[in-house]
Amino acid sequence: MIAGPRIEFREVWKGFQRHTGRLLLRAHVGNWFGRHRELETFHALKGVSFRVDSGESVAIVGANGAGKSTLLSLVAGLARPDSGAIAVHGRVAALLELGSGFHPDLTGAENVRLNAALLGIRRERIKEIFDGIVEFAEIGDFMDEPLRTYSAGMIMRLAFSVAVNVDPDVLLIDEFLAVGDHTFQTKCFDKILQFRRLGKTILCVSHVSGMAQQLCGRALWLDHGQLLLDGSIADVCEAYEGRSSIQG
Amino acid sequence: MSAGAAALNENPAIVEPRWNGDYLFLVQNLISKDVRVRYRNMSLGVFWSLLNPLVMMGVLWFVFTKIYDTQIPHFAVFALCGIVPYNVFALSWLTGTTSLVESAALIKRVPVPREIIPISAVLSNCVHMSSQVILLLALVALTGEGVNIYWLFLPLVWFLELLFVVGLALIFSGLNVYVRDVRYVVESANVVLFWLVPIFYPLSRIPLEFREFYQYNPVAALVLASQRILVDGAYPQTSLLLKLATVSTLTFVLGWIAFRRLQSGFYNYL
Repeated sequence: MIAGPRIEFREVWKGFQRHTGRLLLRAHVGNWFGRHRELETFHALKGVSFRVDSGESVAIVGANGAGKSTLLSLVAGLARPDSGAIAVHGRVAALLELGSGFHPDLTGAENVRLNAALLGIRRERIKEIFDGIVEFAEIGDFMDEPLRTYSAGMIMRLAFSVAVNVDPDVLLIDEFLAVGDHTFQTKCFDKILQFRRLGKTILCVSHVSGMAQQLCGRALWLDHGQLLLDGSIADVCEAYEGRSSIQG
Repeated sequence: MSAGAAALNENPAIVEPRWNGDYLFLVQNLISKDVRVRYRNMSLGVFWSLLNPLVMMGVLWFVFTKIYDTQIPHFAVFALCGIVPYNVFALSWLTGTTSLVESAALIKRVPVPREIIPISAVLSNCVHMSSQVILLLALVALTGEGVNIYWLFLPLVWFLELLFVVGLALIFSGLNVYVRDVRYVVESANVVLFWLVPIFYPLSRIPLEFREFYQYNPVAALVLASQRILVDGAYPQTSLLLKLATVSTLTFVLGWIAFRRLQSGFYNYL
């Protein structure tokens, strides 16, 4: 375990250009000949600064479009900020869109191996954790069937099982409670609590404040790309829910 | 702990989380995924990939022995020596180019090193096309000159070609993210290239003043070397190998540098 912050953001800005038609050669040629259209930039994050220490669990709350998912993709190293500084130490497991690397024509077992390799699990380690993944996902006999025969719930369960077996230092969770039925959700939640007890750093986005309050000690409230409040989960949730109810 | 990750970045203000995975294992998995998916959806499997060069060879043979009377001996084998390397190159370049856009979902959600995507796309295409190479070698061994000592140069020549395609795939897959027309540019370039590679005419027909320059095209160099080795049973000339090695290595290095620069915008543009 390292000393100091696991995640640190300093004055981080991240914007997206609305590039309608920009991906075609026509638009680029137009630009070279001086017909330069100023592109509208949408700022997803506007100068956000915070730090999360090792072993902390932090919830991110905010309305749709507040920049929560952008923040998680910056922590995961998927996107780069436009300006500002970001430091993330250790191995990150991002439970963003579960099953992104899955292919419908491969069997469950083949998908597990591919997905694990994508997440950075080593060859030797897959043999060790494979049975655990299958058992946790409760897929059983379906492991050798192509993924397209699976139900949506089964795919999510399999994806979650692989992702939590990466043994990360930092766990990023985006709306994780959409996984499977109630029993499986409880199981996932227990697994995440277990991560917490092991001293892992957790950063989660959740609309379900009950779960977030159980898991996290601290919360960040993002509003239109700005960090509105950084405090204990109870305070932030109270303020956030108060404001939401006023706005109706 | 984070020193290695920081050194990889041009921007010192960003310390990214490490992707501490197994490169080789991941590439293997991506290749076997492509191969499995491809063959599970084909009832005739590998025969489809053999059909294309055989039909091309038949057509060229008909045109150049029955319509135009070519002076080239063993014309069918000679043509196949050109068709197979050309096919491998053209398809690898194209699949490499489109690979990043096709894996957009993956790239936006999983922090794998991005260069792995085009590289394994090219490699899995080579695995797919290896049946054509085997067909070529089998045909030469059975009907032509037979196996000779210069066959030992084939792995080297093909490796250099692979280096060239990977370099191109890195550049063009990155550009294709920003400008989606790039794949059509590649498709057109492949059509032009078919005529600039000595598939159905010998090098000796090319005017002397162009010949030196002509050999700097690595695909032409590969075809020339294959013809020298497989049809003539001769050493594939040091000057030709040097040209191939120089252009391939340069393209690979350039591709690597270009990709490093291009990848910072992938998230926004995919």
